[in-house]
Formats: sequence, C-alpha cells, structure tokens
Amino acid sequence: MNILVCVKRVPQTGGRIVLTADGQAIDTRFLGHTISPHEECGVEEAVRIVEKEGGTSAVLTLGPAEAEDQLRDAMAIGIERAILLETQGGEWDPVSTAGAIAETIEAQEAANGRFDLILFGNEAADTGDYQVGVRVAVALGRPVINGIKEISFGDDRRVAFARREAPGGGWETYELPLPAILGVKEGLNLPRYPSVPGRLRAKKKDVERIALGSSPSGAQGLGAGEDAAYAASPVPGPTKLGLRLPAEERTAADVIGRGPEAAPAVVDLLERIGVLSK
Amino acid sequence: MSGTVLVFVEHAGGEPDRLSLEALGFARALASKVDAKVDAVLLGSASEGVAEMLGPFGVGLAHVAINPRLDDYAPAAWAAAIRANVAARSPIAVVVAGSDRGNEVLAHVAARAGLPMAANVIEVRPGDSWRLVRQRWAGSLLEDAALDAPIRLMSVAPHTVAVDPATAGTAPAPTISRFEPELEPGDLVARVVGREARKSGGVSLGDAKVVVGGGRGVGSAAGFERLEELAAQLGGAVGGSRVVTSLGWRPHADQIGQTGLRIAPDLYIACGISGAIQHIVGCKAAKRILAINTDPESPIMAVADYAVIGDLSTVVPAITAEIRSRGLSHS
Ligand SMILES: Cc1cc2nc3c(=O)[nH]c(=O)nc-3n(C[C@H](O)[C@H](O)[C@H](O)COP(=O)(O)OP(=O)(O)OC[C@H]3O[C@@H](n4cnc5c(N)ncnc54)[C@H](O)[C@@H]3O)c2cc1C
Ligand SMILES: Nc1ncnc2c1ncn2[C@@H]1O[C@H](COP(=O)(O)O)[C@@H](O)[C@H]1O
Repeated sequence: MNILVCVKRVPQTGGRIVLTADGQAIDTRFLGHTISPHEECGVEEAVRIVEKEGGTSAVLTLGPAEAEDQLRDAMAIGIERAILLETQGGEWDPVSTAGAIAETIEAQEAANGRFDLILFGNEAADTGDYQVGVRVAVALGRPVINGIKEISFGDDRRVAFARREAPGGGWETYELPLPAILGVKEGLNLPRYPSVPGRLRAKKKDVERIALGSSPSGAQGLGAGEDAAYAASPVPGPTKLGLRLPAEERTAADVIGRGPEAAPAVVDLLERIGVLSK
Repeated sequence: MSGTVLVFVEHAGGEPDRLSLEALGFARALASKVDAKVDAVLLGSASEGVAEMLGPFGVGLAHVAINPRLDDYAPAAWAAAIRANVAARSPIAVVVAGSDRGNEVLAHVAARAGLPMAANVIEVRPGDSWRLVRQRWAGSLLEDAALDAPIRLMSVAPHTVAVDPATAGTAPAPTISRFEPELEPGDLVARVVGREARKSGGVSLGDAKVVVGGGRGVGSAAGFERLEELAAQLGGAVGGSRVVTSLGWRPHADQIGQTGLRIAPDLYIACGISGAIQHIVGCKAAKRILAINTDPESPIMAVADYAVIGDLSTVVPAITAEIRSRGLSHS
C-alpha cells in the first residue's frame, strides 16, 4: 500500500489569538507551530497501514520553508519520504493550493508509481476551507469521502472501507475502490509521540523541495472546470482581505467561592438555575 | 441585481434540517439586498413533501429530484444533481448549510464547476465585488474576504443565523418543479453502503442539558470518576479537552472543541480546563459556564459566568456530598 498524506503547518494558538499590526495574519512571534490535528491522525494512520500492509509512505505540504519542521515531525514517527512545495510566504487560496498539490501528485506518481491512498484532513485548522482534498480528488478523477474516523481494507486490498459519524448519531460506512482519497478527522487514532531515535533519523532524511512562485500560479493543475460556460479555467478564491477577532460577549467570571468550602454556594446556584430540585 | 439565490436543503425523516433552515434565513437576507428570489433544491424520494413545507421560509420555487439513487448520501452524485440545476438556472449564488454534508457537497460542486467556494460564511455584502465575513479556526477568528465569480458558492456557519419563518404560517407552498439529473456511474462510487445506529443508553454529550468537562487538571483517567458522579447527579454527560483525549484518559468522542464536538447545554462545568480558544469554540454556546480551576488567571475565567477557585479533586467531591446531603435531584 503506497500512501501520501497532505498536511498543513498551522500556529499553535492558545488562550487568545493576537494578530499582526496589519491584521493580515496571526502574530506567531511567541507561538510554536504544529500539523493541523486531523492531519496528525492521517500521518499516524499512514504509518500504521504501512507497518501492517507493507508499502511506502510520503508526506507533502505546501507552505513556507519553515514547514520543513512539520515534515520532519511526520518522518520522526515513521513517514519515509517528504515533499515541500515551498511558497515565498503569504497565503495561498484553496483553489490554487489544490491545483499545485494535484499537479505535484501527478508528477510524483509518474516518477514513483501510484499512491493507493491519499489522506487529507477534513478541514485545515486555520483557514477551514473544507475543499482542498475534494478538489484534488476531482482533478485526479478519484473517489473521495470526508469526515473519516475509521479505515480498513478489503481482503484483496482493492477496496477501502471508511466509516464516519452519521448526522444525528450512529455510523455510516463507505466502500471505495483504490486508488482513493479520504479526508480524515481527529479520533481516527491516537497519534504516537516521536521517539528520540525517530527524531534523529528524521533529521538526516532528505526533503524534496519544489519552489513555487511568489504568488499562486493560478490553478492549472485542476484543469478547466467542466462547465465551460461558467469558467474557462478554475476561478481562484476566496481572496483574504484581512482578519479580525470576533466581538467578546462575556465578561469576567463571578467568583462564588474558594476550595471545598464553596460547595454550598455552588449547590445554591444549581438550585437557583433549576438544574437541581428537591 | 435580481436573479435567484439557490439553497440546497438537506432533510431527514420528512423534515428539513435545522441548519438548512438557517441557510434559508441567510439566503433570504442576501436576496432582499439584491432583489432576488430564493429557490430551493432538494434531493431524494422524500423531497417533494419537504419542499412543500418551505413556503414560510421564503421559498417560492423548489426544484426536486425524486430519484431513489439520491436517497442515500453520495456527495459526488448529490453535487452532480445540484450542478445540473445550477447549469440550467444560473443562480447568482448557491447557499448550503455549513454541515459536514453541506460543505462536502458544495466542495464537489465547486471543483466540478471550476468556481471558488467560501465555507462557513456569517455575513455577505453583494456588490461589484462580493464581500463576505467567514469563520476561521472554527469561529475564534474572522476573515474578511472577496468572492469574485459568476456564481458565488457559500456555506453558512452553523448557529449564526436565527431560524425565523419569513412569514407567519399562511405563506403559500412553493411551486414544485421536478428535474431529473443525469448521474454518471462514477458519481455513485462513494456512497453510504452500511449504517450502524447510535448506541442508546445514557444522555449523549451532544444532547445533554448539563455537561461536566474535565481537562488536564483532572490528573488521570481515574480522576474522571468524580466528574462522572457529579454528571449523574445533574442528569448530564461528561466531556473533556483535547489534552484528556490525547492522553487516552477519555475516548475522542468525548472531546469538546474545534476538532471535537460543539455543544450548547444549559450549563457547562469546566473542571481543570484552562480555556484555550480551540476548547472555547466548542462550549461557548452554553447558556452558563461554571469554571473550577486552581488558577484565577486562567483564560477560562474570562469566558465563565461563575468560578470556584480551587483544587477540583476536593471541590468536586464537596459538591457531590452537598447535593447528597440536601437530598436534591436533577429536574
Ligand atoms: C488546531 C488545534 C485544534 C485544537 N482542538 C481542540 C479541541 O477540539 N478541544 C480542546 O479542548 N483543545 C483543542 N486544542 C488544544 C488546546 O489548544 C489546548 O491545548 C487544550 O484545550 C488544553 O487542554 P486543558 O485545558 O485540559 O489543559 P491545560 O491547558 O494544561 O490546562 C489545565 C488547567 O487545569 C488547571 N488545573 C490543574 N490542576 C488543577 C486542579 N487540581 N484543580 C483544578 N484545576 C487544575 C490549570 O490551572 C489549567 O488551567 C487544539 C489545538 C490546536 C492547535
Ligand atoms: N498548504 C497545504 N499543504 C498541504 N496540504 C494542505 C494544505 N492546505 C490544505 N491541505 C490539505 O487539505 C485539507 C483540507 O484543507 P482546507 O480545504 O483548506 O480546509 C487539509 O486538512 C490538508 O490535509
């Protein structure tokens, strides 16, 4: 089984988001970065599948030079190969991102053979565009399903079974012929922590770098939309104009007590708001 | 501008989904700004009955594809059907609910049509260039964006629009127009082939009126017994932060937040949770929040309505003991 995971580098924001002075980005001077959580599970799943089924695993990201850190994090837990589509900073819209990723996958497959399974996150943690995986799948003509929290394979390894939560509770199962694409969600597995030897090994590995232009190159990789009447080539967007914090509705908490002695006041409150009664 | 805004209405059990009704509210506000009409598109055998209920929500014309092959969820097939309708009608915008299915189907429509898509929009201003506000980071950050395309594809962020009928119950039922989309075999490859019903028993985290949440401060998997006891007394459910699911103290299904569940109980009791923004987006819809935390400076204090400063391992048992001694039970 040959597997590719597409991951995105995102800031590890904590209690309060702080924006840069121009309002165009999160101020990351005091923040670390991480792989978006859904995709962390995609990385873990790829490693587990290859451990069990044999084959190869690769990770790909489109981002700044620093995104190499996230590729090495993925290699530290067992991904074999890493590809960085290096941007010159600035954000890429989801249409252009999908175009560049689809183009790269085609080139990679021409050189190294087919990816049986390509994993995306259900949505990127930062922009939450909910579309890059689907766009890549449509461009490559492969079946795709999002929201996946469980993956298994048919006996002949020609199909994947994927499960996700149904609206209103319960589970739905999908059966996809390989090659296929899945958008996964956190909860798929519990990602392992990298070991020290794993980190050392990852440090020495090569990262294949592909330089991208200073701004999105359009969306060539996606080909023209089928509805020629509407779009001769895919229209990029949406275009970010700026970021801002939502208005805060709440004010500081009313401290009703300290330590176990606060219990009577808490229970009074629970009675008052109608949660408890005699 | 005039024209139509096309809304994809999801439905189940013969009823329109709540989030789709929100999407209709959003579409109605948009349509009134540009003097457009609101059309709906519904898929599957039950769609005509559901379409007839949409008059009070401002729908004048409903396009229904009564094809049993569209009964089970199949995102590419649903998208093909919506796109067939879009191609025939050229709406100025297509609006869907920002649900799992809504976002997924719209992404397929966008990819096939070569159009951009804006997910989880909360506000839109049509003009020469359409301006919109959309959620990032599950709503902890907002983005001002431009959407320039002949047809604007948008999903509406859940729970940001009220579900108010446009008119009192007397609105006429919409005109129903049947259409028969052509489906390629490939469109039906990714479709639901099996189902497992929700395990019953206990109140589910998503439906609970009271939720007791635990974070790193709970200290261990065993530490959650105290929270379980309190939740049982209050007729509620237990949830947790990402830290406790990553440590394996609780299953991921119990996680509240950006990459877990978003809840809206009457009361949320956050025990040993610092209040990271990704956790807060999952619980801020609670009517009231009570925080129990050793640190009076933790960010949760700025979000909570009430707080107890203290060690949850002694505060929570003191509360459960007090409830027992007063002989109280949940309503
Ligand atoms: C992209 C992304 C997505 C994320 N999604 C989610 C998500 O869906 N849900 C989520 O929860 N997090 C999410 N996170 C993680 C989030 O940023 C925080 O790391 C996490 O919520 C912190 O969990 P916590 O509050 O349990 O732990 P901590 O931040 O470590 O806080 C522990 C708190 O417990 C208090 N405490 C310690 N001991 C005691 C005691 N004995 N009694 C009382 N109080 C005590 C401390 O004062 C502190 O406030 C996400 C992060 C990223 C980057
Ligand atoms: N810059 C990127 N590099 C690699 N993968 C990406 C990038 N942006 C998005 N993706 C993938 O596409 C998924 C969906 O992203 P989005 O459509 O932006 O919400 C993410 O979870 C990633 O797996």
